[in-house]
Amino acid sequence: MPLIKNGELVADRWQRLDDEAALPGDGDVILSLDRLKADRDTIATRSGETGVILPNSAQVEEIEALLPHLSLIALEFPAFTDGRAYSQARQLRTKLGYTGQLRAIGVVLADQAAFMRRVGIDAFETDGRQSLATWKKALHAITLAYQRGYDGDAATREGGRRDAPARART
Amino acid sequence: MYRYDEFDARFVRDRVTQFRDQVERRIGGDLSEEEFRPLRLMNGLYLQLHAYMLRVAVPYGTMSASQVRQLAHIADTYDKGYGHFTTRQNIQFNWPKLSDVPDILDDLADVEMHAIQTSGNCIRNTTADQWAGVAADELEDPRPYAELVRQWSSLHPEFSFLPRKFKIAVTGAPRDRAAIAFHDIGLRVKKNEAGETGFEVLVGGGMGRTPIIAANVRGWLPKNELLSYLEAIMRVYNLHGRRDNKYKARIKILVHELGAEEFTRQVEAEYANIDQPVVVPPAEELARIADYFSPPGYEELPADDPVYTKHLATDPAFASWNETSVVEHKVPGYAIVNISLKPVGGIPGDATSEQMRTIADLAERYSLNEIRATHEQNLVLPNVRKQDIHDVWLILAECGLASANLGKVTDIISCPGLDYCGLATARSIPVSQAISKRLGAPERQNQIGDMKIKISGCINACGHHHAGHIGILGLEKRGQEFYQITLGGSADENASIGEIVGPGFSGEQVPEAVETIIDTYIGLRNEGETFLEAYRRVGPEPFKEAVYAAH
Repeated sequence: MPLIKNGELVADRWQRLDDEAALPGDGDVILSLDRLKADRDTIATRSGETGVILPNSAQVEEIEALLPHLSLIALEFPAFTDGRAYSQARQLRTKLGYTGQLRAIGVVLADQAAFMRRVGIDAFETDGRQSLATWKKALHAITLAYQRGYDGDAATREGGRRDAPARART
Repeated sequence: MYRYDEFDARFVRDRVTQFRDQVERRIGGDLSEEEFRPLRLMNGLYLQLHAYMLRVAVPYGTMSASQVRQLAHIADTYDKGYGHFTTRQNIQFNWPKLSDVPDILDDLADVEMHAIQTSGNCIRNTTADQWAGVAADELEDPRPYAELVRQWSSLHPEFSFLPRKFKIAVTGAPRDRAAIAFHDIGLRVKKNEAGETGFEVLVGGGMGRTPIIAANVRGWLPKNELLSYLEAIMRVYNLHGRRDNKYKARIKILVHELGAEEFTRQVEAEYANIDQPVVVPPAEELARIADYFSPPGYEELPADDPVYTKHLATDPAFASWNETSVVEHKVPGYAIVNISLKPVGGIPGDATSEQMRTIADLAERYSLNEIRATHEQNLVLPNVRKQDIHDVWLILAECGLASANLGKVTDIISCPGLDYCGLATARSIPVSQAISKRLGAPERQNQIGDMKIKISGCINACGHHHAGHIGILGLEKRGQEFYQITLGGSADENASIGEIVGPGFSGEQVPEAVETIIDTYIGLRNEGETFLEAYRRVGPEPFKEAVYAAH
């Protein structure tokens, strides 16, 4: 699947691991949530990086204790209209202070990219149907935003851009 | 009134440009109707039974003369010379061509208006007490907060793909004219024991097929924390609201299934985690918005005006219109003049372009340039000097806007129904017209007194029938329209849901059944007792007996 980060097509170094496959010690792998929970004690010892697919019905707190060992969380968008993962992203970034990759998977359309970026999603797995040019345009379709305290390039009324949001709550 | 600054103007203009591109892609075939649908819905464009329908937002119901004049221009240029005011204080145009819609949106932007989020599963136009800022019983004008919510909810990155549509209403008065208990979120300005102003927060009210009165989740919220508290409510709903069944997707079902206590606990837990200084607008921003709503230049006038008093004493037609239409203003010497869009036998909420222009002229000349739309589908001139009321009445009468029926039996709320709407199961407008004609004689209306009849053409309840003193719901069975009648609903501060009186009626039988109910009330009422008071005292039985004995 084509992957877009920072407005460019990039190579995807991550592998999705089947639940039946053995967990390798190295290499960057994305696990299901069940698999992550089952192997919670071994992931800390891996030399490769670990990611997880968080179902959009899951509570972000389910992976809170494992966040130090995770450098990718994939959020599911089963349909254009199913917006649960926007709130999961927001909670991961603000409430739990997660700073690794947040990747949108599923029905990921350029028309929603600007919203996704503003809740802290920074990687988009697409089906390749929309061109990179469409994506680049859409990522900057919203230049102004009324909501304070969200990420993204859109400027708020105070003129502030929040590329580095207040993530780590102390 | 609020005025756009450069930021607001560019925000709206960007949106028009984006939509123009999408419409061109649709017409050119790059976008299928399926792909185009969510995009057009977020810009207020529906595809109805016969044509596209564009719903224009009137934030908290407040408009200027130039805005209303522009609506008249749009009605003439792109539609059939009229518009329809809705129960969300919006206006909709029923016959625009798709290719014209970007131009209409540009015309709206010229007068600081838009159609953003007037449909779709997002936060809709925030409504308010139509007498906000002028009502004698008000604690504080709620519109600065409604404007704050309008801005905050526009293209919200987190809350634009909700389980279902989401409606917020706000009032600054103890007397509820905004039906807040029937909203997803209802906000009421309230003082705490220390005398500080804040909000009482209600959540989970609604109509539709499961009418529910909202639960009180916060007795008092500091007003500067409004947006962060709303964010907490919205997040709990966005994450946990049901998405498996569209009829169970509104927040009322979540509140109901979790229980108000558990729902409140979840909201408060989320709220505790919100970084207030980051999310809350700076005090200067609140002050900037509030400044636009500071009282317009009222003159110092005596409370009573001799000319007005004389006209009342000598002109019975004026006096009778005044009785239903003119309401006390908080400033001495001024009055709130309400305009009925419910001529007997007419279409509730419709206004012609000529009428809109007349009202715009009146607002400019006599109402400090302000007009309000009400959720009961009427209009208001909120700032009229008492000495001018008679002149205003004469001009209104000339263009058919002086019906003396506000709050009476012919002041009917009706959804567009099967004459326009793709969701409707039955017609509502003709039923409303038939009732209005049957009971429309002035002496008959006065005899009946306060009465709210509300008609919906399907279970979605856009006509608010659950909250009608007499509610009428149009349904369909085996190709036949039939109508259920409910009694005892109310949308005010003592909100209640109407109870079904019994088996349904055909469209032809409805006016007679309504009249039987009304005559039963007249027969049993105590001195000075309204229909609703009488119903609450005696219950449904006498009405049932009367209605079904006759059939």
